[in-house]
Amino acid sequence: MILAEAGVSVFDQLFSNFWVVLLLKTVAVVAFFLIVPLGIGYVEHKGLAHMQARLGPMEAGRFHGWAQLVADGVKFIQKEDVVPAAADRNVFSLAPAVAMIPYIAILVVLPLSDSWFAENLDIGIFFVLAMSSVSVIGVLMAGWASANKFSLIGALRAAAQLIAYELPLVIAAAAVVMQAGTLSLIGIVEAQRDLWFVVPQLPGFVIFMAAAFAELQRPPFDMPIADSEIIFGAYTEYTGLKFAFFLLAEYGGIVAFSGIAAVLYLGGYLPIPGIPIPGPLMMLGKIGALAFLFIWLRATYPRLREDQLQRFSWLALIPLSLLLIMGVAIAKVAF
Amino acid sequence: MATQQRKRGVGMGLAKGLSVTLKTMLQPAVTQQYPRVKPKLPPRTRGVIALKEANCTVCYKCSRECPDWCIYIDAHKETHEPAGGGRARSAKVLDRFAIDYALCMYCGICVEVCPFDALFWSPEFDYPEFDIVEMTHEKERLEDWTYTVLPPPELEEGAQPAEEAS
Repeated sequence: MILAEAGVSVFDQLFSNFWVVLLLKTVAVVAFFLIVPLGIGYVEHKGLAHMQARLGPMEAGRFHGWAQLVADGVKFIQKEDVVPAAADRNVFSLAPAVAMIPYIAILVVLPLSDSWFAENLDIGIFFVLAMSSVSVIGVLMAGWASANKFSLIGALRAAAQLIAYELPLVIAAAAVVMQAGTLSLIGIVEAQRDLWFVVPQLPGFVIFMAAAFAELQRPPFDMPIADSEIIFGAYTEYTGLKFAFFLLAEYGGIVAFSGIAAVLYLGGYLPIPGIPIPGPLMMLGKIGALAFLFIWLRATYPRLREDQLQRFSWLALIPLSLLLIMGVAIAKVAF
Repeated sequence: MATQQRKRGVGMGLAKGLSVTLKTMLQPAVTQQYPRVKPKLPPRTRGVIALKEANCTVCYKCSRECPDWCIYIDAHKETHEPAGGGRARSAKVLDRFAIDYALCMYCGICVEVCPFDALFWSPEFDYPEFDIVEMTHEKERLEDWTYTVLPPPELEEGAQPAEEAS
């Protein structure tokens, strides 16, 4: 009241309160995490279907099956939550959360425009890459706690894949950081005002995307859940809502990695020169375009064998990314 | 075989795969939305067997040839006194003709064996029932299906005309 008389409105007072702001930011980030992956999932249903000359869902929600994933969610909630008798109950129940929450944390620092972000960390890209590798611990926990040999094989494959592909991912990102001269995601976007980094760092972009595919265990790098040999990998024993969380983690991961790639290489919220589109729409469009790439490649390429997958990383991606970072370092010093 | 492989640049196969899926995506899907769009079926579609009762002479050939005995035929004999006198003429009259579609395996032997063209293939396929007992369809229903029989397709060019036509 005294503050209001002093010319500070109640709203200003409210929005400067740390806890209120924290709550609003959390709600916004979680809403983003729940809505955008559903959109990506719908595009996957339809896109994948049309790439196979099918129609995909057409009934749920009357218009081209737009509510299919909502219906799936309702179905998952209704299902019985089965925990295998031999499973380690607590670890088994905790695993989906451990797999999902890191991707929510990534969305916290993802900027939708130069003012639309939940948090602008100085070490943004470091935080993002650190978080992205936490998720695999959830998969490992799920595989180990399921007390199922297929789950365990899947989880160990996931872990091996993370070790192999985290290196090129981080090195490619480090090359961008070297060129931009900052770790902050907004700083990296602002450094691309003249030229998107995809042009000078095209090999880095390819390496980053390949590693992101592997990190998310998306086809053609989906050996950890290879359904024709190990059922569904670490998720074999999961049902109902817990399984839905793993699915949400996968699609949230697609959004998160598409967002990181858009920030690192495609100029984030910066518009295409000459076409004035607001930053958040631009950023969402780029996330969508990169997410479409995830779907497109899934429809096109067969799964790599486990040894091919490891070979591709250790003998192709890692040497290439090391060459890339050397090249960027030399260019940085020389010019 | 390996010698026949054309040399390609690195990644050309990968790019070609992507172009194939993209092209397929941009073309209209081939799916028919069945309950809303009825399928266009060719004239000789084997959907259900229809009975033209007027053609049936109750020879029982169909029911005897049926591999799983799904055809039921009941008939009785009627005699007619000729107007000019003489021996009474007898004729068989069809009382019941039913096909149990829960048993029928759609082999079409009855249609083939019928000497008087009383049985036809109809393209009708949409006749579900809630009880398996209801799947036995009587001759009235079978007669209705004859009206859905499509005319036979045109003869191929240069084909011999059918024996009946010549």
